[in-house]
Amino acid sequence: MDLALRDLGEYVQAALHEVVLSVDIDRDELMLTVRREAIVRVLSFLRDDVNCQFKQLMDVCGVDYPSREDRFDVVYNLLSLTHNLRIRVKVQTDERTPVPTVTGVFSSAGWWEREAWDLYGIMFRDHPDLRRMLSDYGFEGHALRKDFPLTGYVEVRWDDEQKRIVYEPVKLMQDFRNFDFLSPWEGVQALLPGDEKAKSGEKR
Amino acid sequence: MAETQIKNFTLNFGPQHPSAHGVLRLVLEMDGETIERADPHVGLLHRGTEKLIEYKSYQQAVPYFDRLDYVSPQNQEHAFALAVEKLLGVEAPPRGQYIRTLYAEIGRVLNHIFTVCAFAMDIGAMTPMLWGFEQREILMEFCERVCGARLHMNYFRPGGVSLDMPAGLAEDIWAWTEEFPKCLEDLEELLTENRIFKQRSVDVGVIDAAQALDWGFSGPCLRASGVAWDLRKAQPYDAYDRVEFDVPIGKHGDCYDRYLVRMYEMRESLKIMQQCLNEMPSGPVRVDDRKISAPPRAEMKHSMEALIHHFKLYTEGYHVPAGETYTVVEAPKGEFGVYLVSDGTNRPYRCKIRTPGFAHLQAMDFLCRGHMLADVVAVLGSLDIVFGEVDR
Repeated sequence: MDLALRDLGEYVQAALHEVVLSVDIDRDELMLTVRREAIVRVLSFLRDDVNCQFKQLMDVCGVDYPSREDRFDVVYNLLSLTHNLRIRVKVQTDERTPVPTVTGVFSSAGWWEREAWDLYGIMFRDHPDLRRMLSDYGFEGHALRKDFPLTGYVEVRWDDEQKRIVYEPVKLMQDFRNFDFLSPWEGVQALLPGDEKAKSGEKR
Repeated sequence: MAETQIKNFTLNFGPQHPSAHGVLRLVLEMDGETIERADPHVGLLHRGTEKLIEYKSYQQAVPYFDRLDYVSPQNQEHAFALAVEKLLGVEAPPRGQYIRTLYAEIGRVLNHIFTVCAFAMDIGAMTPMLWGFEQREILMEFCERVCGARLHMNYFRPGGVSLDMPAGLAEDIWAWTEEFPKCLEDLEELLTENRIFKQRSVDVGVIDAAQALDWGFSGPCLRASGVAWDLRKAQPYDAYDRVEFDVPIGKHGDCYDRYLVRMYEMRESLKIMQQCLNEMPSGPVRVDDRKISAPPRAEMKHSMEALIHHFKLYTEGYHVPAGETYTVVEAPKGEFGVYLVSDGTNRPYRCKIRTPGFAHLQAMDFLCRGHMLADVVAVLGSLDIVFGEVDR
């Protein structure tokens, strides 16, 4: 398994060396990071090349890393039935730069890209129908971003006088309890004043 | 003769419709009785599961998976348990693996009974629903006996299962596996050669193998199109590499074949369940690592260390090494995947849930185009859509 993945990784890197940024194998899973603009080319290659045959796109999703300059990862999970292998392709983008859509390569990408747009605000260029997917009609914001609060901003209720549904700012009857159970002493390096001198490299 | 302007009209199917299988709103553009375009609006049952999981420890995340596809809850838990185990680098002990396989197959039968019977009811047969639910009730009793909950089991945990099977349960499950084929025969008697049933399902919603791959189909829907692909065979997990079973495939990829594949799969599931019961070893059901699984209650009465472990596990939870994995199981509806990103803390950084129903529902437009309005119900029923998992 591991050997087949390594061979495949080297093969793809050799064939697409100008657009593949990195090839990693972690826990028997192969991961490619590629240039954003080349995603259509990479997925078409993976689908059609005789040694790849990744005929199925199983999943597209976003991941948010707010501290990065290109804060979003778009992750494509592909499956090859012929070779019984999986591959994960990643591109990076930010809030403003659109990612080329891959709906032309895999029809199944359509809804997943809509979902990524809905929940993360990742834009997809040339997508035939980039509407919101899961959240409410007229919803504002992108719910899965790390800076979007868990409780959201508005709550909805039926107003008996107006005979319609109304949106109001969230009012919590009880403070939102976010338990932080991370123990303060685990994983933290004990830094004593003066420790940095030991690592500074200057011999005195 | 005066020229008349003929216009397509739009029909709202759902979200309150008995055969919309939940809260699907389907906007249909109709040309008379024929469908020109189907536009499913999903998300009416969106509960933000993925966001909630990011705020919970790994152990607290398990029950959310029950509530995705509430027809076969344990299979969802299975995927999450396997994903966390992969990141932790642990493996469930053999007995735990066999119990999980057994209950995953119970989940599959639970699901297929429901799907087949609901599908039959959608296209006009009332009786299978009544007969099938009797069997579902028995199976849910088995679930209750092993973990205390009929439906939302919270039973498959990272590292194994939460409790061992009580005495006498294995015998009862075995007895049921011997009786159930009779019920399957009765159902087949009613449906398989039924003229109305075949009129409504044969050559309706046809998708061929290449198209099914393109649309990301998996599970029975893919197999009905003639692709022999089953994750339990191809990428076995838990005890699936130690049991023997066949993978039924269809030929035409229509609603009728999807029904037939499910009927055969139930028989194969029975075979797997019997093998699990026969070969189930004794021993622990959870990993013997106190940093991951809680100590037994009796030990906590006298061991201080066990008490500390228990306290830490149920407040802070365990830390999962940084990394990411896309782990899949063959859920009854198809490939159920969990893309789990861990940053090394006690909470998942990102947990994307790949549900089979989402991909299948996406193909509704493709499958329904050119069909009559009544066929929408047949296609929807045969795709096995549950909105808990589509909307998440």
